Amino acid sequence: MDIFGIPLQALLSQLLLGLVNGSFYAILSLGLAVIFGLLNVVNFAHGATFMLGAMVTWMGFSYFGIGYWPMLILSPLVVGLFGIVLERGLLRWIYKIDQLYGLLLTFGLTLVIEGLFRSIYGSSGQPYDVPALLSGATNLGFMYLPNYRAWVVLASLTVCFSTWFVIEKTKLGAYLRAGTENPKLVGAFGINVPLMVMLTYAFGMGLAAFAGVLAAPVIQISPLMGQPMIITVFAVVVIGGMGSIMGSILTGLMLGVVEGLTRVFYPEASATVVFVIMVLVLLVKPAGLFGKEK
Amino acid sequence: MLKKALYGLLLIALLAAPLLGVYPLFLMKVLCYALFAAAFNLLIGYTGLLSFGHAAFLGLAGYTTGYAIQTLGLSPELGLLAGVAASLLLGLVMGLLAIRRQGIYFAMITLALAQLLYFVFLQAPFTKGEDGLQGIPRGKLFGLLDLSHDLTLYYVMACVMVLAFLLIVRIVHSPFGQILTAIKENEPRAISLGYDTDRFKLLVFILSAGLAGLAGSLKALVLGFETLGDAYWTTSGLVILMTLVGGMGTLLGPLVGAFLIIALEDRLGDIGQMLASLTGVSWFASLGESVTIVIGLIFIVCVLLFRRGIVGEIVARIKPLRV
Repeated sequence: MDIFGIPLQALLSQLLLGLVNGSFYAILSLGLAVIFGLLNVVNFAHGATFMLGAMVTWMGFSYFGIGYWPMLILSPLVVGLFGIVLERGLLRWIYKIDQLYGLLLTFGLTLVIEGLFRSIYGSSGQPYDVPALLSGATNLGFMYLPNYRAWVVLASLTVCFSTWFVIEKTKLGAYLRAGTENPKLVGAFGINVPLMVMLTYAFGMGLAAFAGVLAAPVIQISPLMGQPMIITVFAVVVIGGMGSIMGSILTGLMLGVVEGLTRVFYPEASATVVFVIMVLVLLVKPAGLFGKEK
Repeated sequence: MLKKALYGLLLIALLAAPLLGVYPLFLMKVLCYALFAAAFNLLIGYTGLLSFGHAAFLGLAGYTTGYAIQTLGLSPELGLLAGVAASLLLGLVMGLLAIRRQGIYFAMITLALAQLLYFVFLQAPFTKGEDGLQGIPRGKLFGLLDLSHDLTLYYVMACVMVLAFLLIVRIVHSPFGQILTAIKENEPRAISLGYDTDRFKLLVFILSAGLAGLAGSLKALVLGFETLGDAYWTTSGLVILMTLVGGMGTLLGPLVGAFLIIALEDRLGDIGQMLASLTGVSWFASLGESVTIVIGLIFIVCVLLFRRGIVGEIVARIKPLRV
């Protein structure tokens, strides 16, 4: 069966690959939005954090023999702890000054983290095997579905929507949203805002690391793997706007799919299509798809 | 008075430096980046706009000039003109898009647009992909002055540099510059006073792009090659750092910053060797390959402790003495 001269199997597998990438965009832009909401910092280090998540997973296996499933929890925890250190040690000094400095500080952090890993491991990629439980593919009749990719999409969606649920529908989320709106007033009600801010940053970093673990078996693990990611995610954030959690998730997924389809129909543009869409959105709806004009 | 004496000293240093045994090629590289940073500073220092995509102008102008001279056989002055014209045009397009959003989004949009252009350069045939343009001839300026001699090119560049710097001084001190400062201090108030701030932001963005382009064109002419690295976002980061280290919103800051960072990149290997022999930690010996780590650390230290930069700090110390 062909669609526009493209075999269905090829089309569907690129679509799935697009969904996989879109899941990463969704998790990363979600974390970026949560951090920006409460800390007023655009975390440039998010790409490096994604890399850390994958790198820690790989290190866990090659140094300690810890497999994929424990690392799925451990890696975000380790990276989250690292986030706490960063927040306490560096970030909290710049909350009161211009937002631009937050971007610059985390940019510097990115250079240091990536540089350190590159000086140890070089810039070539490390291989990581798909966990045995998820290797192989399932025959759906009309296509072969690689199990691992299906798992990535499923796990990402679960994490994204749980995060959305916690922030939009629970009491803890209400505190968070109130903290985004007016931290002083929330503090006056007896809520420990600095603690909340610290944990939010750790959570955002942990999310990015979780995406990194998921990516480990499907992407070459290298110290520079976060670089193209963070810039694409910035474009995603410009398209979707950072104000809405659901907006970040949907925009991320959608752009992943669009990228996948572009890879089928016009491969030359697959690296640039997200940026082109950003330009179009800026022309038509400058505030972003889910943003509100101030 | 103090200011005039300082500028005079700088001019003398600029003219005398190659005669005192500093490599003209190193000096020219510093001058290119100094102009690049000064152009960038027009935005961040005087208008409060953080462009994270200035590498695009450096790269585009470099490629345009290289292509014009090498493939089209144009003279160097026309090549430079073509490079600047291309950057001005790109500045117009990028500016129109980026000023549609404020603050931090402005930075993200410029970064993404520059990345878009980077991918175009990566795939377009005229940039020769990963190899880049090699062996761009310097030619003869106006058909008379042979630029292949380093010292000749240096003095030509010094002239261009002084003119460009004077232009920037003029822009900053003009009524136009005052409005830019107003936008930086408080944009809503500038709007309420009746200024169409978008127009001013666009104009200064284009000016900055053109000057950054001039730096890129000169750089291609000086070094004789143009590669993808110039258009990559790390270059945008580098120019931010130069301006930050030197002092944002000061006229001399970007020049000081560019000199320090280029010198550091150049000498880091030696510094590492020295530290290794002093401390006995052998890791320092590989410092030369870890430029990014050092640059990142400087970024962090500057943002946390040293936001005024070197020149900004000096100005802040001198001011109270005068009163």
